[in-house]
Amino acid sequence: MTLLLILLLPLVLLPAPVLLRRFPRAAVSSALLAPALILWLLLPLLPAVLQGGVLLWHFDWIPTLGLSLSLRLDALAALFVALISGIGLAVIFYAHHYFAGKPDAPRFFAMILGFMMAMLGIVLSENLLFMLVFWEMTSLISFLLIGFYGQKRISRRGARLSLFITGGGGLALLAAILLMGSVAGSLQISEILAQAELLQQHSSFPWILGLFLLGVFTKSAQFPFHLWLPHAMSAPTPVSAYLHSATMVKAGIFLMMRLYPVFSGTESWFYWVVAIGFITLLVGSFVAIFMHDMKGLLAYSTISHLGLITLLLGYGTEAALTVAVFHLINHALFKAPLFMMAGSIDKAAGTRDLRQINGMARHYPLLAVLSFIPTAAMAGLPYLNGYFSKKLFIVESFQSSGSGWFALLIPALAILGAAFSVGYAIRLFHNTFFNGKPQDIPNWPLPAISGWVYLPLACFAALCLWIGFWPEVVLHQLVEPVVQAAQGNVALASDFSRYDLAVLQQYPWLTGISILTFAGGLALYSTRKALFAWHDSLPTVDAKDIFESWMSWLIERSQQGVHLVENGSLQRYVIYLVLTALLFTSWPLLQLQQWRGELALMPVDPMSAGALVLLMVMAVAVAVLHRQRLIALLFTGATGLLITVGFARFSAPDLALTQFSVEVMAIFIMMLALSFLPQSSPKEKVRYRAKRDAVVATIAGIGVGVLSFAVMTRPQQTISDYFLVNSVPGGGGTNVVNVILVDFRGFDTLGEIAVLAIAALAVFALTRNLRLKGHTPSAEHIDAWHGYAQPYPLILRTLARPLLPMALLVSAYIFLRGHNLPGGGFIAGLITAAALSLQYVACGIRWAQVRMLTQFRPLIGAGLLIAGLTGLGSLWFDHPFLTTWFSYFELPLIGKFELATALLFDLGVYATVVGSTMLILANMGRLMTIHGPGKEIG
Amino acid sequence: MEILVALMLGVLTTCGVYLVLRPRTFSVVLGLTMLSHAVNLFLFSMGRLHSNAPAVIGAAEQHADPLPQALVLTAIVISFAMTAFVVALALRSALELRNDHVDGVDKEEEPI
Repeated sequence: MTLLLILLLPLVLLPAPVLLRRFPRAAVSSALLAPALILWLLLPLLPAVLQGGVLLWHFDWIPTLGLSLSLRLDALAALFVALISGIGLAVIFYAHHYFAGKPDAPRFFAMILGFMMAMLGIVLSENLLFMLVFWEMTSLISFLLIGFYGQKRISRRGARLSLFITGGGGLALLAAILLMGSVAGSLQISEILAQAELLQQHSSFPWILGLFLLGVFTKSAQFPFHLWLPHAMSAPTPVSAYLHSATMVKAGIFLMMRLYPVFSGTESWFYWVVAIGFITLLVGSFVAIFMHDMKGLLAYSTISHLGLITLLLGYGTEAALTVAVFHLINHALFKAPLFMMAGSIDKAAGTRDLRQINGMARHYPLLAVLSFIPTAAMAGLPYLNGYFSKKLFIVESFQSSGSGWFALLIPALAILGAAFSVGYAIRLFHNTFFNGKPQDIPNWPLPAISGWVYLPLACFAALCLWIGFWPEVVLHQLVEPVVQAAQGNVALASDFSRYDLAVLQQYPWLTGISILTFAGGLALYSTRKALFAWHDSLPTVDAKDIFESWMSWLIERSQQGVHLVENGSLQRYVIYLVLTALLFTSWPLLQLQQWRGELALMPVDPMSAGALVLLMVMAVAVAVLHRQRLIALLFTGATGLLITVGFARFSAPDLALTQFSVEVMAIFIMMLALSFLPQSSPKEKVRYRAKRDAVVATIAGIGVGVLSFAVMTRPQQTISDYFLVNSVPGGGGTNVVNVILVDFRGFDTLGEIAVLAIAALAVFALTRNLRLKGHTPSAEHIDAWHGYAQPYPLILRTLARPLLPMALLVSAYIFLRGHNLPGGGFIAGLITAAALSLQYVACGIRWAQVRMLTQFRPLIGAGLLIAGLTGLGSLWFDHPFLTTWFSYFELPLIGKFELATALLFDLGVYATVVGSTMLILANMGRLMTIHGPGKEIG
Repeated sequence: MEILVALMLGVLTTCGVYLVLRPRTFSVVLGLTMLSHAVNLFLFSMGRLHSNAPAVIGAAEQHADPLPQALVLTAIVISFAMTAFVVALALRSALELRNDHVDGVDKEEEPI
C-alpha cells in the first residue's frame, strides 16, 4: 500500500502549486512536499529491499487483457525512486529560484509533479503494459516541458521532434511487450523473468529484441535517435537537469536493467548493444567539444554517458553491470549540478554561448568552486566519483570484449572516448570561468545570483566527493543489491561475489592510461581554435530542419491521399460503401459449395407468381423511369402495395397491415417533397457512370438473391418455439408477433419508438426555419386562389369528415385486439395518423389546424413516458424491467376479457407513432401552404 | 416459389442500389425506399416461407416464425421514419443549395 502511496503522492499534490499560484513560497513548498514525503516513505523500506527483498502490491484492473495495477519495489526500483525523488527535490528547489519573479513557476511545478508520478510509475510497475502507460506519459510530459515556451518556434519544433522519436519508440516497445506477453503467457515482470530461457529460444526472439531495443534506444537517446536530446535543450534548464539528464533518458536504461536476464548474454544483444552504445559514446563526446551552447555541450555529454552505460550493459557480465549501475548514479550526481550551473549563468548573463561567456570566476567565485567538483568528476579526476566509474569502465572493456580485433579495438576506442570527454569537460569549465573576459554579454553588469541556488549545487558536490573518497560504501551497500535485483536474484545468493575495487590494483598501468586521457583532453582543448575552424568549414546539418521537411512532405502526401478518397462527393462515397460491402460479403458467398439447400420448395401458384412478376416489373420500371419523377414515385407506391400483398400471402398479417399503412404515408410525404423539387432529373453528364452503377447494382442483386435462396432452402433452427409456447401462458396473448413486441422484446420496442420519435423531431427541426426562396406565392397568386376556386375537392372534403370517426373506431378496434389477433399499437397508430392526415389533405392545413389537436411533440413525449413508466412499474413489484402482468376478468353482458399491462405499453407505442407520423406530415405539409413556414405545428 | 422470391429480392436490391447511386436526391430517396423494401423482405424470408400459417395461436395448425415478423414490423416503421428524414433532408438541401445534386454542387445546372 505504501507503494501505491508513493506512486500517487505527486499526483495528489499536482494541483496544489497551481491553486497556490498567488503565494510562490507556498507553491514551491507544496511541490517540494511530494519528493520529500516519498523519500520519507521509502526510507523504512530500504533495509529490507537492500537485503534482496521484493515488495509487491497487486490489483486486477482488466484481467482479460492481462493488465493489472501491480507495483514492485526491489533494490533496482528503490534506487530509481531515490534518484527521481532526490534529484526532484533539488530541481524543484532550484526551479523556485530559477523562475523567481516569473509567473511560469506553478505551471512548471504541476508538470514536474506529473512527470515525477509517471517516472515513478515506470520504475515501480510490475506489469509491463501498465509500465508502458507511464512510459508514454513521460514522453507526453517531456513534449509539454520542451515546448514550455510555446511561443518560441524553436521550442515547438524541438518538442515535436522529441515527441516523434520517443513516441515512435513507445510504439515499438508496445509491440515488443505484447510479443513477450504472448510468448511468456503473462505481462507480469516476475513471470517474464522466470521464462527468460523460453523467450530466448523462441523463434520471435529477434523481433522482440529488435523492437525492445528500438523502444529503449529512442528514449535513452542512443545513436541515431540521439538527435532529439540536443533539441530538447530549448526547455527551461530545470527540465534539462531533471528530465533530460537524470531521469527520463535513464528510463530506457532502467528497462534494459529490469529485463536484463531476458536479453543479456545472447549474441545479438551483445553485438547490437555494445556497437550502438559505443557509437553513441564516441559521437556524443566528439560533438560535445564543438558545441558553443553550454546546454548543447551538456546534452551531447549526456548522450555520450548514456552510450557508455548502454555499452556496459551490452557486455552482459555481472562486473560490467555493476559498473553500469555505479556510473548511472555518478552521472546523475554530477550532470544535474552542471545543468544548474549553466542555467544560473544563462539566467544571469542572458546568454549561454560559450564564445561570449568567459571569465566568470571573477564574478561568481563560489559558483566556480562548486562547479569545479562535478566538472572534474565528469572528466574523471581522482578522489571523485567519476574517477572510479571511468577506470572501471576501461578495465571492463579490456576484460569483456571477447577476442580478435574486437578485443583491441574496444579498449582503444574507450580510451579515445575518455580523452574526448576530458576535452569537453575542460572546455566547459575553463571557457566559462576563465579564458579572458566576457564578451558582449546582454545583461551587463552581471546581476548577483541568489545564494539559495548554491544549496543544491553544494549538496551534489558533497555527494560527488563522498563517493569519490568512499566508493566501496556505495558499491557494496547500494550498487550490489541493485545488480542482484537486476539479475533477477530475489534473495542474495550465497556465492554472491563482491565486486572489489582491488581489481584496479591488478592493472598498474591504469594510472598511465588516465594520464594519457588527460593529456589527450588537454591537447584537444589547446588546439581548439584550429578544431573549431575545421568544424565551421563542415556543412551544417540541422536535424530539426530535416525532420520538418520530412514531416511537411509526409503531411502533403497524406493530404493528397485523403483527397483522393475523400473528395466531398457523396455519390462517390456511396459507391465505395457498396463496393466494400460487396467485397466482404461475396467472398464467403463464393465459398459456398451448394446454393440449393435440402428443403422442399413451396409449390408455385399462378396468382402469387403473377404478383411477384408484377412486383419485379414495377421495381424495374422505377429504376428505368427514375428521371420522370412523378411516374417513378407512382411505381414505387405500387411496389410497396404489392409487397403488402406478399406479406399477406406468406402468413404475416401484421406485417401486411403495417406495410399498407406505412406505404400510404411514405408516398404522401414524397409527393409533398416532390412539389418543391424539379419534376424530372436531367440527363447524366458522365455516360459510363450509369452503366458502371448498373453492373455494380446487378452484382449486389445477384448476391442478395443467391444468399436468400440459399437460406430459404435450408432447414431452420429457430428460437421462436419458445415464444410460440409461452405466448399465451407467459404473455397472455395469442398474437405471438404482438406479444414479442410488447412483452418478450419490449425493451427493443421501447428503443425503436425512441428512434421513431427522434427521426420525427429531426424532421421538425429541418423544416422549422426552411426558407422557401421563390416559393412563397405572390399577392396576385393568393387572390387568384381565393377568387377562382376552392383548392380542395368537394367530394373528398365531404367524405373525409364522416370517415374520421369510422377510421378512429377501426384503429381503436385494431389496437384493442392487437394482443390476440393481427393488430396492435404500431398498426393502430398508423391508421389513426392516416385518418387524421386525410383531414389535412381534404380540407387544408389551416382548417385542420383550427379544429384538431396539434400538440404532436407533447404527444410523442407522453407516448415514450407511458411506455417507459409501464416498464418501470414492474420494478415496483420486484420484477425485472418491462415484465408484464395480465389477468382475466368477467363482466356482465360483455363476458370474459383480459387486462394486461402490455396494453398500456402498447398505448405508449400508439401515442408515439401517431405523434411522430403527424409531426412529420404536418410540418412537411405546412411548407405547401400559401402562408409558407409561418407558425410551426406540433 | 423460393426461386421467385429470391429473384424478386435480387431485382429489388438491384433497383435500390442503382437508384441510390444516382446523382439526384430524389432518386436516392426512391432507391432507399426500394432498398428498405428489399431488406425487410430479406429479413422476413429468413423465417422461411409459409402459407396459411399466421403466428396467431389457435388460428392455424402451423405457425410461421414470429420473430422475424416482429423484427420486420418495427423495421418497417423505422424505415418509414428514415425515409421521412431523408426526404426532409433532401428538401432542405435542395432549397438551401438551390440544386438537388447529392454532392450539393452542380456547376453546370441552373439553380432551381
